[in-house]
Formats: sequence, C-alpha cells, structure tokens
Amino acid sequence: MELVCPAGNLPSLKAAVDNGADSVYVGFKDDTNARHFAGLNFTERTFKKAVDYAQSRGRKLFVAVNTYPRPSAFPRWKAAVDQAADLGVDALILADMGVMDYAAERWPDLRLHLSVQGSVTTAAGIRLYHEHFGIRRVVLPRVLSVKQVARVIEDSPVPVETFGFGSLCVMVEGRCLLSSYATGRSPNTYGACSPASHVRWEETPDGGTDTRLGGVLIDHFGKDEKAGYPTLCKGRFEVGEHTYYALEEPTSLNTLAILPELQSIGVSAIKVEGRQRSPAYVAQVTAVMRSAIDACLRDPENYSPQDAWMRSLGSVSEGAQTTLGAYHRPWQ
Amino acid sequence: MKLSLGPITYFWERDAVFDFYRAATASPAEIVYLGEVVCSKRRLLKPEDWLTIGRELQQAGKDVVLSTLTLVEAASESSAARHVCENTDFMVEANDASAIQYLSSAGMPFVTGPSVNIYNHRTLSLLSRLGLKRWVLPVELGLEALAELQERRPSGVETEVFAFGRLPLAWSARCYTARSENLPKDDCRFRCLDYPDGRLLSTREGKDFLVLNGTQTQSARTHQALGDLARLRQLGVDVLRISPQSTGTMDVLELFDAVRRGEAVNDLNERLAALAPAGVCNGYLHQQAGMDNEHPNAA
Repeated sequence: MELVCPAGNLPSLKAAVDNGADSVYVGFKDDTNARHFAGLNFTERTFKKAVDYAQSRGRKLFVAVNTYPRPSAFPRWKAAVDQAADLGVDALILADMGVMDYAAERWPDLRLHLSVQGSVTTAAGIRLYHEHFGIRRVVLPRVLSVKQVARVIEDSPVPVETFGFGSLCVMVEGRCLLSSYATGRSPNTYGACSPASHVRWEETPDGGTDTRLGGVLIDHFGKDEKAGYPTLCKGRFEVGEHTYYALEEPTSLNTLAILPELQSIGVSAIKVEGRQRSPAYVAQVTAVMRSAIDACLRDPENYSPQDAWMRSLGSVSEGAQTTLGAYHRPWQ
Repeated sequence: MKLSLGPITYFWERDAVFDFYRAATASPAEIVYLGEVVCSKRRLLKPEDWLTIGRELQQAGKDVVLSTLTLVEAASESSAARHVCENTDFMVEANDASAIQYLSSAGMPFVTGPSVNIYNHRTLSLLSRLGLKRWVLPVELGLEALAELQERRPSGVETEVFAFGRLPLAWSARCYTARSENLPKDDCRFRCLDYPDGRLLSTREGKDFLVLNGTQTQSARTHQALGDLARLRQLGVDVLRISPQSTGTMDVLELFDAVRRGEAVNDLNERLAALAPAGVCNGYLHQQAGMDNEHPNAA
C-alpha cells in the first residue's frame, strides 16, 4: 500500500518526504484545487522545488486540479494542467469531466487519477472515466463501508486509493453544497468548505462564544468549552426537542485499526487528508502512518495499532477524537 | 418553456404516491420524473409499480423519465440502478456516474439530474457525445454560469433548471433521520414515513436552516425561480423543474403555468409564501449564498 501525503507548502512537502511518504500531493495557489486557502499552496517557483525535492528522493509528486470550472474560467484550469504536465509531475488528480477530457487529449501519456471530488462510488462509474480518459487510479469518497470498498475493488478496472486519516467529510465529496448554501462559496467552485472569510466568532453575554458561517449560527460554546471552527457539518443544531451534533461531531477519520483489512481487500494507496495543516502535522501523521503501514505489510496477522500511534494521531484530530466513519457500518 | 415534475425525494405511503401521480395526470406538467432517488430501503413501490404509474402518465400525454438513485453504495443498489437503465419503456435520468456508464455504453439517450456535475461546456459536449439529451443545471450555479453554458450548448441538448422546491444539498452514507431518532441506519424503522417533507433542522437560535431527509440533506427554505422566468426564457432554458412536496405541488404547477403564459397573477408573493413553509430563497440564481433571497425583477 502506497502512502500518499498532503503538502500545502514546501516545508510540509519536505516533512512528508522526510517522514516516509511514497507520494505527496499538492495544489496551485488558486481556486483550481479543493484547498484554496490564503497563504497556502504552490507558485511556479516553489512548485519546481517541490517536484525536484520529491523526485530526486525517489518519491512521486501529484497535483490536484480538482475543482469544477465554469466556461469563462476554463482556460485557467487548462493552464494548471499544462503547468503541472510541463514540469513533469507523476500524476494529475482531476475531478471535472471537461478538465479530464482536456488533459487526456493534450497530455495522453500523463497519469490521471480521479479525485475524491469526482464523487464516484461504483465500479461502473470508474469504468466511465477509465474508458473515456484512461484514468489509472481512483480515490473513493468517504461514504463506503469496508465491504463496499472491497466490492468496488473487485470490479474496478484501475487501482483504488482510499482515505486513511484526516478531517472527515460526512457527505459524499463533490456533491456537497452545504457550505455554498450558507456562504455562496463551495468546495466545487471555489475550492474551500466553510471558508474563513465567512466565519464570525462572537462573544456572548454568558462569557461563551457563538461561531457563525455566513451569519448562520453553527454552534454556541459555554464559557468553559473550547470553541471549535464552524465547519458546517460539525455544528450543534436543534432537531425536534434535541440539540446535538445533528450531522457529525468534530472528529477525524482514523483507519489504523483496520489497515490489515484495507490491505487484504486490495486497497492500493492510503491517503492522508490535510493540505491546509502545518508542516508539524504532516511530519507527525506521515511518520505514524509509515510505521503502521510497514508493520501491517510485514505481519498483517499480528498487527495491532500501537497506543503511541493512536495518541499521536488523536492529538492532531478535530475535537481530539477519531472515528472509522463510513468504513464501520454502525457509524452510518 | 415546459414544466417538469421532479422525482419525489421523500418517503411517502404507497397510496399517497399513487394519489400524487393521479393528480399529476391533470396538471400542467409536461414531463414527469419517477422513481426513488435518495434511499434504496424505501421500497413501498416496486419497480413494476413505477412502470405502471409511468404508463398511466404517458397515456395522459406526459413525457415520462425514470430517475436513478443518487448515491450508489451497495452492490444491490448498483443492480437496481442498472435495472432502471435497462428498461425499454422510458428515458432515464442518470443521477450518478454509474448510470451514465450503463446508459452510454448501451447507446441509450439519457437525461442528467441536478447532482451530476456539469459545470462547463466541455463536460456538456462530452456527455452530449455519449447520448445526453437533457441536463439539469447544478443547483449551485447561477444565471451567469447558465448564460455561459447556454452560449456553448451543443445542439440537440435541452436545458432544465431546478425552479421550485427545497434544494438538494448533500448525500451521505449516514441516515440523519434515523440518527435524529437515535436509531441505527440498519434498523431505521422507516421513520422517514413520519416526515413527508423531511425533518426540520434549526440553529440554536431557532432559525430554520436545513431539512433532514434520510441520507439526503436539503435546504429548509424553498428555492424559487418565479421572479427570474423572463431571464430563464431569454437564456433559452427549455424546462423548469418543480420538486414535489407533500402538499400544494399541483398549486405550484398551476402558478408556474400561469406565470409562463404571461397571465396576471394576483398576490403572487403571498401565494408563494403559503407554499414555502420555511420561507423562500433564490440566492444561487443570483451568484449569492443559496439561502439568500434576492429581490429579482418582476416576472
């Protein structure tokens, strides 16, 4: 199983490579990718350095151009594809069919991966992209149980990458409009979910904090509670008589406990989420995932996640807690 | 512009579904989409029931389309979607990539629903080559993007716009209705039946925000394009979609019918408000947050 790690800047990229990532994925400094945050991502100059750093050490560099351009913006997405191809990246991670059609036609030898933002959850869907664009890998959305992932792998014409650790989307990626409903900006078109530009933190008379997104109250924290970032699907809301995390709690996905299962069903690559996170996060998570995958590959029968790994990943998780998410049927 | 009746997104009692489509035969809708698009556990109607309803609507002069499930996860769901795609009676609305693959590889013409990501002309042209006959604009795209897409739309492809209803915003493996009742999805006891228009979610300051509809999340506000019909017509939109609600849907169709004919409608805003229990919105059409309500030009 290949370990695919995130990098939002050069220090993170170095951290990923130095701590054992097989591949690192990055994005350009604009809305052509799904982590379009201020101060993040690569310019042409830093991008060249990234390619050199990874490839000279025998690692692969992937570029995510995984948002959906409208017609007038399409030339910029083409330019992003061309720029990545010109500098010899190992693969492009794409979501939009039109962008994919362009990349396959203009750069027929370049490896294309279908992004999680492509929102494909079935082998038949993968065949669509394989037949028309020759994709060579698919990243599955975080909505399938382990059994369902196994079924997709059995019938898929290309290797499958799944998420192993990081912030958890609870909605099928590429088709979630919750953030755009509240802010007008969506992961699909703008490349950011619950963007900081639309976030407000307000002190309340009780000494607590209200967190808002697009003016909508996402949560209220009491004086003694630690206020969390108002990611729309991780807020507390009222349904009927109850106030609770109606969609999901602040939590991160952690698959350390099921790595042998993922390996035995034939998952080809494990992805770590978090291009928006710090170099320290990337170093820490990459090191743990490297150790865990190596241990699992060496002796899957006797593998069990070490306490130190779990503690380490727990400490960088949302709300300091983790879940198996949809992989584990009772979560659903 | 034609009017379409989108697929029922909620879980209704069997009789309610039959009654609904009986009423639809006499409605001004020219196109009717049928089938379960949200949850494969909702099986009060069998595939044959949908075909029966489809034939009755067809006899009443309606153009009938069968819709596929939006989020396909289990092998049984793939088979069910494939079964719909292989029907020889009606055109199919593909709601995910697998349905597009089944239909295009069989050389069958198809429609794409609002959750198929067509954001640009290149995607539209590609799908047109694969057999696309009509597409629904993704609901988050506004009039500006629509204008750009219409300008470069391939011939032989019709454009449909989601014009009335609670917005389909997200799909998940998790069932939020079951979660709201402290039940696991695998033992959901079909609680969706208790919420024929979904279950309201409000903020902690009591503002209606979203609607939980099983594994789907919708907007609480009702999106409406009535005020923008003139512009939609000018942009060459062919079909306006009305998304079913448990009450008042036929009134919505009548209202849209009157406005598209240019008839003077008294108390338009009041009548709209009465049909939208948590208020209306149209922000998406105006490049704003979807929940916003812009004051558009008069219809």
